[in-house]
Amino acid sequence: MEFYLPNLMAKIVNNGIITGNQAYILSMGFRMLIVSILAGISMVIISYHSSRASIGFSKDIRQDIFGHITKFSIGEFHDLGTSSLITRTTNDVNQIEMVFLMFLRMMIRAPFMLVGGLIMAINKNAKLSLVLAVSMPILLAIIYIAGKKGIPMFKIVQEKIDGLNLVLREKLTGVRVIRAFSREDYEEVRFDNRNQELSGANLKVDRLIQSLFPIINLVLNFTIVGVLWFGSEQVDMGNMEVGDIMAFIQYVMMIMFSLIMFSAIFIIVPRAVASADRIVEIMNIDPTILVDNSGEEIEQIESIVFKDVGFKYPEAEEKVLSDLNFSVDKGQTLAIIGGTGSGKTTLINLIPRFYDITSGEILINGKELRKYNLKEIRGRIGFVPQKAVLFSGDIKSNLKVGKRDASLEEMERAARISQAEEFINTLENKYDSLVAQGGKNFSGGQKQRLTIARALIRDSDVFIFDDSFSALDFKTDAKLRKALKEEVSDAIKIIVAQRVSSIMDADKILVLNKGKIAGLGRHKELMDSCEVYREIVESQAMEGE
Amino acid sequence: MTGKTPTRNKAKENIGMEKATNFKGTLRRLIKYLASYKLALIVVFILTILSNIFTVIGPKVMGLVTTKLLDGIRLKAEGTGSINFGYIRNILLILGGMYLLSAVFSYLQRYLMTGVTQKVIYTLRKEVDEKLSKLPLKYYDENQVGDILSRVTNDVDKISTALQQTVPQLITSVVTIVGVLVMMLSISLSLSIITVLVIPLSFLATKRIAKLSQKYFIIQSNSLGKLNAHIEEMYSGHNIVKAFGMEDKSKEEFDETNETLYKSSYRAEFISGLIRPIMTLVDNLAYIAVAVLGGFLVLKQRISIGDVQAFTQYSKEFTQPIVRSADIINTIQATIASAERVFAILDEDEIFEITREEANLDRVKGRVEFKNVCFSYNKDEKLIEDMNILVEPGDTVAIVGPTGAGKTTLVNLLMRFYDIDSGQIIIDGVDVSNVTRQSLRKVFGMVLQDTWLFKGSIEDNIGYGKEDASLSEVEMASKIAQSDFFIKTLQDGYTTVLEEDADNISQGQKQLLTIARAIISNPPIMILDEATSSVDTRTEVLIQKAMKKVMEGRTSFVIAHRLSTIKNADLILVMKDGKIIEQGNHINLMKAQGFYYDLYNSQFAA
Repeated sequence: MEFYLPNLMAKIVNNGIITGNQAYILSMGFRMLIVSILAGISMVIISYHSSRASIGFSKDIRQDIFGHITKFSIGEFHDLGTSSLITRTTNDVNQIEMVFLMFLRMMIRAPFMLVGGLIMAINKNAKLSLVLAVSMPILLAIIYIAGKKGIPMFKIVQEKIDGLNLVLREKLTGVRVIRAFSREDYEEVRFDNRNQELSGANLKVDRLIQSLFPIINLVLNFTIVGVLWFGSEQVDMGNMEVGDIMAFIQYVMMIMFSLIMFSAIFIIVPRAVASADRIVEIMNIDPTILVDNSGEEIEQIESIVFKDVGFKYPEAEEKVLSDLNFSVDKGQTLAIIGGTGSGKTTLINLIPRFYDITSGEILINGKELRKYNLKEIRGRIGFVPQKAVLFSGDIKSNLKVGKRDASLEEMERAARISQAEEFINTLENKYDSLVAQGGKNFSGGQKQRLTIARALIRDSDVFIFDDSFSALDFKTDAKLRKALKEEVSDAIKIIVAQRVSSIMDADKILVLNKGKIAGLGRHKELMDSCEVYREIVESQAMEGE
Repeated sequence: MTGKTPTRNKAKENIGMEKATNFKGTLRRLIKYLASYKLALIVVFILTILSNIFTVIGPKVMGLVTTKLLDGIRLKAEGTGSINFGYIRNILLILGGMYLLSAVFSYLQRYLMTGVTQKVIYTLRKEVDEKLSKLPLKYYDENQVGDILSRVTNDVDKISTALQQTVPQLITSVVTIVGVLVMMLSISLSLSIITVLVIPLSFLATKRIAKLSQKYFIIQSNSLGKLNAHIEEMYSGHNIVKAFGMEDKSKEEFDETNETLYKSSYRAEFISGLIRPIMTLVDNLAYIAVAVLGGFLVLKQRISIGDVQAFTQYSKEFTQPIVRSADIINTIQATIASAERVFAILDEDEIFEITREEANLDRVKGRVEFKNVCFSYNKDEKLIEDMNILVEPGDTVAIVGPTGAGKTTLVNLLMRFYDIDSGQIIIDGVDVSNVTRQSLRKVFGMVLQDTWLFKGSIEDNIGYGKEDASLSEVEMASKIAQSDFFIKTLQDGYTTVLEEDADNISQGQKQLLTIARAIISNPPIMILDEATSSVDTRTEVLIQKAMKKVMEGRTSFVIAHRLSTIKNADLILVMKDGKIIEQGNHINLMKAQGFYYDLYNSQFAA
C-alpha cells in the first residue's frame, strides 16, 4: 500500500499542479488519506500477529526444552554440563525469540518493499531503473565486505571480553591470596594488558561499523543524484513526467532500505542459527532412564543386594565399579569408605537408579531393581547428596521438598534428629526463615543439616548419606549419628564418609578401592584383615587413641 | 564460590528502566571524564554540525532541480526554450559535492568519537581495577563477585555504547530539528505550521503507548527473572529433583511462570509495536497535508514545485529525531544509572595506609604477641575482647572450634585483612600498624582451604609466591611440597596450563600447589588451614607431610582438624561463635574440663 502513496503524489504533481486542477488535488489527497489509514490498520494487525507468533514460539520452545531436560537422568546432566544446559534454556531461547520477532517484523516487509519498489520503479521508467542496477550491487558489495571483515573481529572482541572477565574474576575470588603475597601490582599489570587488548579490539571493530553508516548514506544519496540527472533527461525526451521523478526517488529509497534491512537480518540470523543448533542438539538426546509409572509397585524396601555389579560410564573405557557383592537389610547401617575416585558416589547413585548398572544385578527384596516402578523406588529413599543444595524459599518449603504435606511436628522431628533444631530456633523467623538461592545465607554445616532433615522427613525405608557429615564438627557429627541410630532404627542406612570416626560403629563397613571391594566387615575385623582400611585409619592419626 | 550467576544478572538487566538516584551529579562526573578530550570533542561537535547542515540543505537544493525542470518543460511547451541542462548539472554537482563532504565529515566525526570513547572506557576500567586493590577486604566479603563483575563489564559497556552513539545522535537530532525548521520556514510558513502541529500528536501517542506497555514490561522482566532463577536452581539441583521426585512439581511451576511471561511479553511487544504504525500514520498525514496544501500553494504561485518536493522530505526528517528522542532519553537514563553503579565502586572508602614506615620487618624471627586486642566486624557485635596471646619463634598455634566459629577471623587480623579496633599486634617487637600492609604480609605465608589458583602454567602459579622465581626455585619448593611427583607425571610438566578454576587437576593436587607457592616465598611465619575433607587419603598423607615440612622452624598458625597437630601444638586457641573462649596447651585444656574437653571427647563418643 505504501507504494501507492508516492504514485498518488506523482499524480498530484503531474495532473493537479501542472494543469491547475484543484478538485483533482483534493480527491487524490483524500485517496492518499484512505490508503494510509488502511496501511496503518494492516500494520497493527501484522504487529499483533507477529508478536503473538514469535513470543508464543519461544514459549513453546522453552516449555519443550525444560520439560525435556527435566527428564534427563544424571548422566546427561553430567555429560552436557549444568551451566551449558542453563544457557541453552535461557539465553539461547531468548536469542531465537529476538531474532524471530525481528524477522517477522522486518523480513516480511523487506522482500515486499524490495520487489514492490522494483516493480513500481521499472513500471515508472525502465531506463531510469538502470541507475539501480549500478547502485544496488555497490551497496551489497559494501555490506558483504563489512560483514566478512566484521564478523571475525566481533569474535575477537568476544574473546577479549572473556579474557578480561577471567582476570577480574580471578582477582576478585583470590583477593586474599593476592594480598597475602603482595602481588597487587602484578595483578594490575595483568588486568591492564587485558584492558588494552580489549580496547584495541573494540576500536578496530567499532571504526569499521561506524564507517559503514556514512558510506551507505553516500551510496544512497549518489543514487538519488543519479536519478535526478538521468530523470531530467528522460523528462526532456518526454518519457516521463516531473512528478514521476519524485515518486521514483521514494521507490529508490524503499529499495535501498529493504536491502539494508536484509543485510541486518543476515548479520543476526547466524547468531540465532547457532542458538538453534545448540537447542536442537539437546532435544535430540533421549534420556537414558525414563521415570514413568510403569513397573511393579513396592510397599517397603527390606533388603538391597548387589550381585556381581559392574558399572561403566558411557564412552568411558574402564569400569568405575566391578564385582560388587554385598547386601544390606532392614535396620542395618552400611558404611562406605575409600579414597577420591574409588567410586563411592557412583555406587550409591546406582540405588535410586541415577545410573543403570552395566553388568550384574541389584536386587530389592529379592527382585531386580529395574522391574520396579522407579517413581515409587525413589519415593522410598531419603537421599542426602554430597553437595548441600537448598532451593530459594524458606526452611519450610525446603523441608517440604522431602514430603509435600509435611506438618510442623514432622519438620521439628526431622530437624531434631539432624541437629538442625538448635540453630533454626535461634533464627528470628524459625521455620519461616528465608533461604537464599543455593542456601547462601547458611553456613556449610547448617546447609548440610538442613539437607539431612529434608531427607529424614520422608519416613523412607532407605537413607543414603553421601559424605554428608563433612562440614559438621566432631561433636555434632557424633550427636547426629546417635540420634539417627535411635530414631530411624528400622531403616536401611547407607553412609559414605571420609572420616573414620563417622563410621566406626557401622554394622558393615565396605572399603572401596579403585572400584573394587577391598574389605567388608566391622571396624575391628577390618583393622586386622584389610590393609587399605588400616592405611586410611592411620592417615587420620587415630591409631592408639 | 559465589558469583557464577550470569543468567540472573541478565534478568536484572532486562528491567532496563532503572533510574539514577543522583542524575545531575553523575552526569557531571561522567562529563569530567570527557573533559580531557576537549579538543577532540569540539572537533566532533563541529564535524557533526557540518555533516548535518549539508544533509539538511540537500532537499532544498534538490528542489531547485525539480523546479528548473518544470520551468524548462513549460518553456518547451510554449516553444520559447528548453530545459537548462547546464544549470541542472551544476546544481547536481554541487549536491553531490555536499553529500560527499557530509559523508567525509560524518566519517571523521565517528572515527574521532570511537577513539575518545575507547580511551575514556579504558581509563574507567583501569580506575575501577586500581580502586579494587585499595578496597578493604570487608568490601569483598560484603559484595558478590557477580555483581562487581557485572559493573565492570555490563555497566561500563553501556556507558561505552552511549558515548559512541547517543552523544552524536543527540547533536544530530538537535541540529536536524533546528536546521529543518529553518529550511521549512524559509519555504513556507503555513506548511511549516502543519508539520509542527503534527508533532505534539505523535508525541502524545508515543507517551501513552509507552506508559501502557511499561506495565507489561515490568511483569515481563519479573517473570523472566523468576523463570531464569527457577531454571538455574532446578538444573543445578538436578540430583535432588530426581531423588525427591520433584520433576512434575518443577515442571508445573515452570509452565505457570512461562505462561505469565508469554502473556505479558506479547502484550508488551504488541503495544510497544503499535508506536510504529501510529507514527507512520501520523507521518503520512503530514505528508498528505503537505502534498495537498503544497499543491494549492504552487497553483497560487506562492512556492515552487521543487519546494513542495523538498518539504515532503523535510516533514519526514523533522519527525524522526523527535520520535527518537524518547529512545535517547531512556538510553541516557539507563546510562547514568550504569555510571552511578560504576562510580559507587570508585567512591568506596579505601584502606588507610601509612606513607612512611617507622620500623621494618626485614629480619623477623617469628615472635607474635596480641596485646589487649579488641575486634568486631560490626559495631553492634563485639567479637574479640581484650585478647592476649604470646607466641614464641618456632611455636605452633592450633586454632580449633566447631564449624562457623570464626576461625578465619584470626587469619584476617594477623594478615591485616581487617584492622583491629584497639590493642596491639606485635611481631618481633614491632607494632604491625607501624609498617605497611605489604611489608607485613611479606612476613607471612598462607595456605588456605580455598585453593585459589589462576589460569596459567603450574610454574607461574607456584612462582606467584616470589617475584622472578627461577624454575629451579619452583622445582625445589615443589619438591618440599610433595607436588613435584604428580607434576612430573603430567604431559607438560611444569608448563602445564591450569584451566579456569584449575579444573584439570584434583582438589588435593591444588592444595599441594598452594603449599608450594607458600614455601617459595620462604616466610618466617606460616598460616595454614588443614581442612582436607574432599581429599583422598593418599594425597592427604602427602599434604600432611608437606605441611609438616612447611611448619619446621617457623612460627605457624594452623586452623587444625587433625588431632596429631592439635596435641603437639604449643598453644591451642579454642574458638566458638567468633570468640576465643579457651587457650592453653592440650594437657592444660583437658585438665580444665571445659569446651575443649567436650570437643575432644566427642570424637570418641560414638
